Amino acid sequence: MSSETARLRIKTWTCATVVVLSNVLGNFFLKRGMPADLPTPLSYVAALFQPWAALGVVLLITWMLSRMTLLSWADLSYVLPVTAIGYVLVALEGKLFLHEEIGLKRWAGIVLIVAGVALVGGGTAVQTPRRGEEPAR
Amino acid sequence: MKLLLLGIIVAATAAGEVLAAMGMRRHGEIRDFRPGALGRAAAVLTRNRFVIGYVAAMAVSFFAFMRLLTVSNLSYAVPVTAVTYALETVMAKYVLKERVNWLRWAGAALVICGVALVSL
Repeated sequence: MSSETARLRIKTWTCATVVVLSNVLGNFFLKRGMPADLPTPLSYVAALFQPWAALGVVLLITWMLSRMTLLSWADLSYVLPVTAIGYVLVALEGKLFLHEEIGLKRWAGIVLIVAGVALVGGGTAVQTPRRGEEPAR
Repeated sequence: MKLLLLGIIVAATAAGEVLAAMGMRRHGEIRDFRPGALGRAAAVLTRNRFVIGYVAAMAVSFFAFMRLLTVSNLSYAVPVTAVTYALETVMAKYVLKERVNWLRWAGAALVICGVALVSL
């Protein structure tokens, strides 16, 4: 593996980690900050300024920007499965912090997602070589 | 109504992500992560029509999803995201001309099945 390839791979996994964590934590804090009832359209806007919900919004903005950053060098068909590990973290988050049950079906889903992420993340190049460039695996 | 909303969500999300990939590819790899450089990159991106299209498409998807939640259960609404994975992988190959080899197809298929199982 060349130094350029190694650099790109480390950068990709670092950015993908930020993408996944900001999405998972953003949704968690948004849900935590949301009141039980939102009777009017204005109450949706007001809810976004609750401290936990506002933290969630900031994290979701971070998610959007970091995902765009990742797409500036990595293929969409690479980013999609690799960042799907967030679904696994959401399920584990529910078990650890909200004491939700994870049934057999969910565990099976988690195994499939992890297998898919490992297949794409470990077995394929980060980007399709652009014209005149060497492939970066 | 549900199917119409589903169609809007899937089409808007897939189109949005493809536009983001096109816009960011056109912008080029972000290499400098210092705050000033990131600010300058953000300023450039606000004038990138692909990125503007991405934000607009994701807004449509977000509001359609909120509307879908009012007429269906979360357990029905969330697995729809798995459909966008399939459509986006196809679009990555044919619109973005990415090299989608069998490992990526297999990985995407596993993730789609996994997301559906986790979300159901």
